Amino acid sequence: MNMILPTAAISATPNGTTRPQVRIVIVGHVDHGKSTLVGRLLHETGSLPDGKLEMLKAVSARRGMPFEWSFLLDALQTERDQGITIDTTQIRFRTRSRDVVLIDAPGHAEFLRNMITGASQADGAVLIIDALEGVRDQTRRHGYLLHLLGVKQVAVVVNKMDRVAFSAERFKEISDEISAHLTGLGVKPTAVIPISARDGDGVAERTPRIDWYKGPTVVDALDALEPARPLAELPLRLPVQAIYKFDDRRIVAGRIESGSLKAGDEIVIMPAGKIAKIKTVESWPVTPLQGPQGAGRSVGITLDRELFLERGDIIGHSGQSPRDTRRIRARIFWLHDKPLAKGEQIVIRLGTKESRATVVAIEKAIDPGALSNEENTAIARNHVGEIDISLAQPVATDPYTDNPRTGRLVIEVNGRIAGGGLVLSVDAGRPAVPVDIVPVESALRPDERSARYRHNGAVIWLTGLPGSGKSTLARALERRLFGNGGSPILLDGDTLRAGLNGDLGFSPQDRAENIRRLAEVATHLARNGHIAIVAAVSPSAADRAAARRIADSAFREIYVATPAEICEQRDPKGHYAKARAGTLQGFTGIGNDYQPPTGNELTIDTSIRSVAEATEEIEQMLAKTGVLFDELTDLAANI
Amino acid sequence: MHLLDNESAAAGSRPALFAQASSVPGIAAAQPPSMDHLDELEAQSIYILREAFARLKKLALLWSLGKDSNVMIWLARKAFFGRVPFPALHVDTGKKFPEMYAFRDRFGKEWDLDLRVEPCPPIDSVDPTLPPAARSAARKTEGLKLALNKYGFDGLIAGIRRDEEATRAKERVFSPRGTEGGWDVRDQPPEFWDQFNASPPPGAHLRIHPILHWTEADIWAYTKRENIPIIPLYLAKDGKRYRSLGDADITFPVASTASNIDEILTELDGTKVPERAGRALDHETEDAFERLRVAGYL
Repeated sequence: MNMILPTAAISATPNGTTRPQVRIVIVGHVDHGKSTLVGRLLHETGSLPDGKLEMLKAVSARRGMPFEWSFLLDALQTERDQGITIDTTQIRFRTRSRDVVLIDAPGHAEFLRNMITGASQADGAVLIIDALEGVRDQTRRHGYLLHLLGVKQVAVVVNKMDRVAFSAERFKEISDEISAHLTGLGVKPTAVIPISARDGDGVAERTPRIDWYKGPTVVDALDALEPARPLAELPLRLPVQAIYKFDDRRIVAGRIESGSLKAGDEIVIMPAGKIAKIKTVESWPVTPLQGPQGAGRSVGITLDRELFLERGDIIGHSGQSPRDTRRIRARIFWLHDKPLAKGEQIVIRLGTKESRATVVAIEKAIDPGALSNEENTAIARNHVGEIDISLAQPVATDPYTDNPRTGRLVIEVNGRIAGGGLVLSVDAGRPAVPVDIVPVESALRPDERSARYRHNGAVIWLTGLPGSGKSTLARALERRLFGNGGSPILLDGDTLRAGLNGDLGFSPQDRAENIRRLAEVATHLARNGHIAIVAAVSPSAADRAAARRIADSAFREIYVATPAEICEQRDPKGHYAKARAGTLQGFTGIGNDYQPPTGNELTIDTSIRSVAEATEEIEQMLAKTGVLFDELTDLAANI
Repeated sequence: MHLLDNESAAAGSRPALFAQASSVPGIAAAQPPSMDHLDELEAQSIYILREAFARLKKLALLWSLGKDSNVMIWLARKAFFGRVPFPALHVDTGKKFPEMYAFRDRFGKEWDLDLRVEPCPPIDSVDPTLPPAARSAARKTEGLKLALNKYGFDGLIAGIRRDEEATRAKERVFSPRGTEGGWDVRDQPPEFWDQFNASPPPGAHLRIHPILHWTEADIWAYTKRENIPIIPLYLAKDGKRYRSLGDADITFPVASTASNIDEILTELDGTKVPERAGRALDHETEDAFERLRVAGYL
């Protein structure tokens, strides 16, 4: 079958005119026929160099192999030996109305990084599916990655129709399945085309064998692709690449990712939020440039004042600047051998900005090749997920939906790109988690400690009004546990306020932070096998709930529910008196600002219990909830 | 305190992301000029050159004196506002055409380049199992290694293009090389969204390819638009011209009547003859070129 397009129709446009250039990538499962389709397309569009086809046919004959169209692309020695495409290859040809740069991308899962390298440069994609094999894991994975890479124009070709006797039913089956998958990802296929790349059906012509098909051919579909346009309509984003001082000019250099700029514009430099005006737009050999410069241009500007700015800053117009943040949620793909897990130290690149960062949470982890989601603790190689990242430095960025250029990032591990993805949201309000922490694990295992102390680690949280008896109980409990060979440690709220929490006052925010720090310290001790006894008024139910989240299963909350009037009578620290006299502000006890707990492990009223009785009750609770080991049971077990 | 006032005002305001451009003072109605194909290529190459300069410590640009590296020098002057802020390295086989040496000596000065000419070692020091032309080219690779060791460059900017040759099509823009200058085609790092891997391991270096995405026709169209000087060997004389320039003894002219750039472009539009057809080393054995590149050839 020979169906060379009329040459006049392909190369009618003389050189120098502006035919749209589109870059396309062909993706899909290994062996579904990508390279064969590319070879066939080159032939059908009359794009092969003279002698290339004959040369390859001769090489095939010399090796005693039948000629395959894929040999055209598989020019590397290693590829011919292994029979798979290792890396992306770029080939150019022309359709009626487009100059096409064709990026072939490997389908083998091993080479997903190469598929991503190729597909990230594409304006549109052709997703190829073997009619016999149907949709496979790599088909689904590539579909998912096209979505993550922001490739919106996707044509699906169902190849090897000759192997299913050009069955319209089989075609519809596959067409329905892949359309549903892609639509679910927010990608609408521009066409689904039945073809035989080997024989040529559907590539440039609707042959009689697929006469039931009325849609476009592959060449038609390529003809309909639109090149990506620079983001002229969006607000100005100029990421700073460098500041040059080669002569007396101080030139801020970068590429305009969106919007436009010109001399005289008032700009904001993010994340610092500094304001300046553009003095000149510099160039070479003619400078300065007059008039606006638009998205896609690499420019240099000078400013009307000396400001400190640096590589990684983003310049926007006043009132339309990007966000500044140290917390980002992102949807990413992961290419590194070692799965990405919570707590991982990484480097983030957002445009020209580089920042160290910590993975605060893995919110989702999905194998995009599988039909269902399975994991969510770590993102494995070639899988995708959603993560919460905390950055060491403030950065300027936009959510991807606001600006696809400044809303994407890559992740580096050991100086090598290990993943990338889209900024889903930024949260300027949440505190950053410090980077550069390398947690050192204790030399001792928890069971070594518990064997000695005869208890597990725990956080015993005593909450109640001032004067309710928390500190008294805490001290008694500490003595008792210690006497039994345990390792109790007292964390008194007031004592810690003198040191660790000395910077905090009594505003709701400061109280919350006070509780958070207490909970963190206590949890650390509990993890190391100690029993941390926290005595703190902790009036806010929300703050205590936060403490419980931190300490998790080690948390034992005891409400010291002594009636308010008795607490005021006792007034061991003289606070009630001062508060009544009006000299102590923000005191919990007078008024109704204490929120009694619900769901606490134990409630004790010290007005009707002696200290010894109360301590006994606490011990029983600790034994019952697995903190203290039951001596008798243990002894019995040893007999 | 005018400046400080402005700063605090900016910090307090939450930017509206989708405000209309026309509603912002300072943005006039005039539209920026649209970018044509050459503008896009140029902007991308400038971006790559600036990234290389920002992220590597000791860069050099490989100047082979041909049309591609001349365009590259031009792009570097654009990127850095008239000045090439790193050395131009000519690894000299001593066998170039006299026109090429004349070009180098003249424009090295006119373009104010920090020109470093490094000679190649004698042919005896090169793998004798390679075919003659490949062996000659491999000599250049050895010369390059010597220069690398002498100066300790961590980045070499090279003017290769994807459309020249199938193995070059597989290149990255920032392409890591091993300590021996070798290219590991099997283990290339991912590269996307103009984010480049710029941390070569100790002792290794990076090749940076700012015009990887250009075609032969792009080079000529840009050379014409920017009025970049060319070596006259590229223009037809007595029915022949050079499409690609290498060592005089292993480079051959192709049949052509193109005596100016416009005619070259017309000729390229119709041709199906590969650009490197006149480069003997590409055709000696099926894998000679790939073997050379794995060993560190450009």
